[in-house]
Amino acid sequence: MSDTAVMSTSTTASVDAPDNLRFYVPGDHHVENGTLLGFWFYLMSDCLIFACLFAIYGVLGRSYAAGPSGADLFDLKLVAINTSLLLFSSITYGFAMLEMQKRKTGRTLLWLAITGLLGLGFLGLELYEFAHLIHEGAVPQRSAFLSAFFVLVGTHGLHVFFGCIWLVVLMVQVGRTGLIAENRRRLMCLSMFWHFLDVVWIGVFTFVYLMGVLK
Amino acid sequence: MSATTSATAPLDNKAPRGIHAQPDDVDHSHGHGHGHGHDHLDDDHEGASHSTLKGYVTGFILAVILTAIPFWLVMGNVLDNPRTTAIVILGFAAVQIVVHMIYFLHMNTRSESGWSLLALIFTLVLVVITLAGSLWVMYHLNTNMMPGMMDHGMHTPAS
Amino acid sequence: MPDSSELTKLIFGRLTWEAIPLHEPILLVTFAAVLLGGLAVVAGLTYFRLWGPLWRDWITSIDHKKIGIMYIILGLVMLLRGFADALMMRTQQAIAFGDNAGFLPPHHYDQIFTAHGVIMIFFVAMPLVTGLMNFVVPMQIGARDVAFPFLNNFSFWMTAFGAVLVMASLFVGEFARTGWLAYPPLSGIAFSPDVGVDYYIWSLQVAGVGTTLSGINLLATIVKMRAPGMTFMKMPIFTWTSLCTNVLIIVSFPVLTAVLALLSLDRYVGTNFFTNDLGGNAMMYVNLIWIWGHPEVYILVLPAFGVFSEVVSTFSGKRLFGYASMVYATVVITILSYLVWLHHFFTMGSGASVNSFFGITTMIISIPTGAKIFNWLFTMYKGRIRYEVPMLWAIGFMFTFTIGGMTGVLLAVPPADFVLHNSLFLIAHFHNVIIGGVVFGMFAGITYWFPKAFGYKLDAFWGKCSFWFWLVGFWLAFAPVYVLGFMGVTRRLSHFEDPSLQIWFQIAAVGAFLILCGIICMGITLVVSFMRRESLRDHTGDPWDGRTLEWSTSSPPPAYNFAFTPQIHDNDAWADMKARQYQRPDKGFMPIHMPKNTWAGFVISALAGGFGFCMIWQMWLLGGVAFALLVLTAIIHTFNYKRDYYIPADDVVRIESDRTRLMAAHV
Repeated sequence: MSDTAVMSTSTTASVDAPDNLRFYVPGDHHVENGTLLGFWFYLMSDCLIFACLFAIYGVLGRSYAAGPSGADLFDLKLVAINTSLLLFSSITYGFAMLEMQKRKTGRTLLWLAITGLLGLGFLGLELYEFAHLIHEGAVPQRSAFLSAFFVLVGTHGLHVFFGCIWLVVLMVQVGRTGLIAENRRRLMCLSMFWHFLDVVWIGVFTFVYLMGVLK
Repeated sequence: MSATTSATAPLDNKAPRGIHAQPDDVDHSHGHGHGHGHDHLDDDHEGASHSTLKGYVTGFILAVILTAIPFWLVMGNVLDNPRTTAIVILGFAAVQIVVHMIYFLHMNTRSESGWSLLALIFTLVLVVITLAGSLWVMYHLNTNMMPGMMDHGMHTPAS
Repeated sequence: MPDSSELTKLIFGRLTWEAIPLHEPILLVTFAAVLLGGLAVVAGLTYFRLWGPLWRDWITSIDHKKIGIMYIILGLVMLLRGFADALMMRTQQAIAFGDNAGFLPPHHYDQIFTAHGVIMIFFVAMPLVTGLMNFVVPMQIGARDVAFPFLNNFSFWMTAFGAVLVMASLFVGEFARTGWLAYPPLSGIAFSPDVGVDYYIWSLQVAGVGTTLSGINLLATIVKMRAPGMTFMKMPIFTWTSLCTNVLIIVSFPVLTAVLALLSLDRYVGTNFFTNDLGGNAMMYVNLIWIWGHPEVYILVLPAFGVFSEVVSTFSGKRLFGYASMVYATVVITILSYLVWLHHFFTMGSGASVNSFFGITTMIISIPTGAKIFNWLFTMYKGRIRYEVPMLWAIGFMFTFTIGGMTGVLLAVPPADFVLHNSLFLIAHFHNVIIGGVVFGMFAGITYWFPKAFGYKLDAFWGKCSFWFWLVGFWLAFAPVYVLGFMGVTRRLSHFEDPSLQIWFQIAAVGAFLILCGIICMGITLVVSFMRRESLRDHTGDPWDGRTLEWSTSSPPPAYNFAFTPQIHDNDAWADMKARQYQRPDKGFMPIHMPKNTWAGFVISALAGGFGFCMIWQMWLLGGVAFALLVLTAIIHTFNYKRDYYIPADDVVRIESDRTRLMAAHV
């Protein structure tokens, strides 16, 4: 069909005109994919949610209402272990990305699985910590400090939880369709998400746990 | 939320590759300058965000050190003054966040034509405003308004 | 029997038959009207066999143009509800003096002013703004759709189901009685134990997710999908204001999400964020909600500024004066809007140094806005002005908004605010800027871009009638409110003792009824224009001699907007192309890659709405099921990799040739 080819003779001045007079792009114009940038923007919005929760913790974090304080409650050894689990999971995800770049599906899935297990370990320890606190009577309803603590740490944990679900779904999808471009893009989004959660955790363990024990 | 393809990104095998006109002017939206025949959906599209083993390991080791020291400072009660300790560990946290940004999140000025960094800096500024602003405002409100703390703020109001 | 009532409680939570307000005549009449109207719509759809097209062409559509239109329809429908609330309030306040208690007891009146505010901001202004940006921006930058078309569909339906939840509060249960921002402790569980505040929270949470995602979508679109040659400083001004608006959306709506979540935790779980005891601090809610709230009003007004820039330059026949300074002013407003929030609660007691800081920043932020007004005036100066309806709205805006802005600067002075805070002066101020700025802007934009969307212009006569009713009505409705504010009258009162105030309220009520005439004229405009559409038909795609790229397409545009991506050389790209005798290409068309429609956005949003309803009524089991289904559906959707198709080249040829013929026949 002649219409689908670019004609050399035409009634439109624009096609043959030099670049500075041409008003349209003949042929197919490739638009850059916006998924990674868009996901980064979403992470920025998530940053603001955490900023809000940190602000609440900053303002209410010393309102013990004559109840237990951080110094009374926090087990820093447990927090150190949890921090290590999350940090290790960051590097194992990094290894997964390296394998993905080399298009090694099997090894990618392996490192993803290890990351997921570390993430679940983190969640398990956190749930254990929460259960322990609640058992001791340090429930969220006890004081504003405890409300802020549970919500800030809990929201982070909830993010990790959904990250793990996403991880499992992606593993299934990679297993089924391989490391196609779409899946690679999704893995990169999850990578950003996972590292971002580790960044937030730096804030949490510093601002909540370490500073909570001081004084 | 699922990742989607953009409206005009072609599928891998079926895209008719027409003439890809190069833009005349300097155009921020095409800062990568890569032309046709290139698999758009390649992660090389991220260019500068190419991960290396060295990068990850370096970041990891730095992060471990920057985590271990604050824990040690607090658990070992190393510095006598708690306020100094607080400032020091906050400093370590800030540095570690930067380490994570560079080594794990591949933050640099070239990523997405600078938009990643711009978005991050803008967000961080607003985070600082939200935190500092809230703390400042609430401190003043509490001092002036909370009952019983300072005689209803009448004698020594925070001005 | 214990078992069955426990089962009932498990399934239905606190929802009982008493939730239906059978004893409220106004609500019964409303419900009857809605039921009849709904049945008429259903009957019409069935009779004309439109269910299929409705599902295929609209509900599942990922086309930014259709989604934009749906947003605007939602906004206009909710305007009727919000305005009905306004009429009821105006009437009550005009008659309720001394012995006359009026027809709205406080219990009812408080819900009305709360609903009025919530609906007008979240379900009228936001959808209108989002709809315009959705419709216009991709075409202005030479793109075929937004960056994430599926997400766009989902965002719309989340907003729509948020609106459904608000409307449901009319007929099942009741709404909040706290004002549109629901400050604790009043909104806490102790003082608002009923479902009202929960309706408020969940409808805003559902809609808020949609808005935030829409912000991400449009920002990515503007950054990544501009046509070649369109550098940032060559973008149309409406696109610039959209960029800044969406930046504000991304960074401010998460704060609202977080704060409402904390409030709902206080109410459901018994946490102590905003309680009076156990360490809670209600002032922190006020602080955080206004950190969201102030950027929100700029989210509303910046797109309106963008509309006016386009309208004023088009109908003055000139390039916009001071393009660069307009851009800088918009960016400065965006950044500064995050530094003024405390002016909403000067009186809460932060003290002089805090109040002065925020008072000064508030005054500074008026400067770039003033610069914009001057730029519009300079654009008009020595231009060949055409007084089409959009231009009338623009001129009305300049006059009205400027005065409203000035009263804002007055309120920015903390000592003045101490007298005027929460008085009717404040109410007059913000209605002045929101109606004069946002509403007039949306009406200008809708009138301006209507031909592009539907292929025919709106009837000018009825448009002008509507404009004059609105302008005169607004001033008659709100000038007395300024006076009352200066006299010391407090907001949100449903009954008064001082008879000397009554005349002002009566004048205001007359103004409100004039606005009602304006709205009726708008309805007439739509009907008459539809009936006269052949004589109002836009054949060229450029009915106003426009300056930006959207006017280079047909009216309405094809699904793909542009057969070839435009190449940009200058600002006001379309004006530039026309000046240089641009010829439409008629050969060389290629197959065009397009996204497919999706059912997922509608379904997931419906589940989200259902989840919200369950949360409101504490139907924990069903709520859990709804949430699980929601996540499951989203996951299932991600397994669908085949989301696009190609429009064959032959179809493109046919569409473009048809347009060429149409334009040739109507030269």
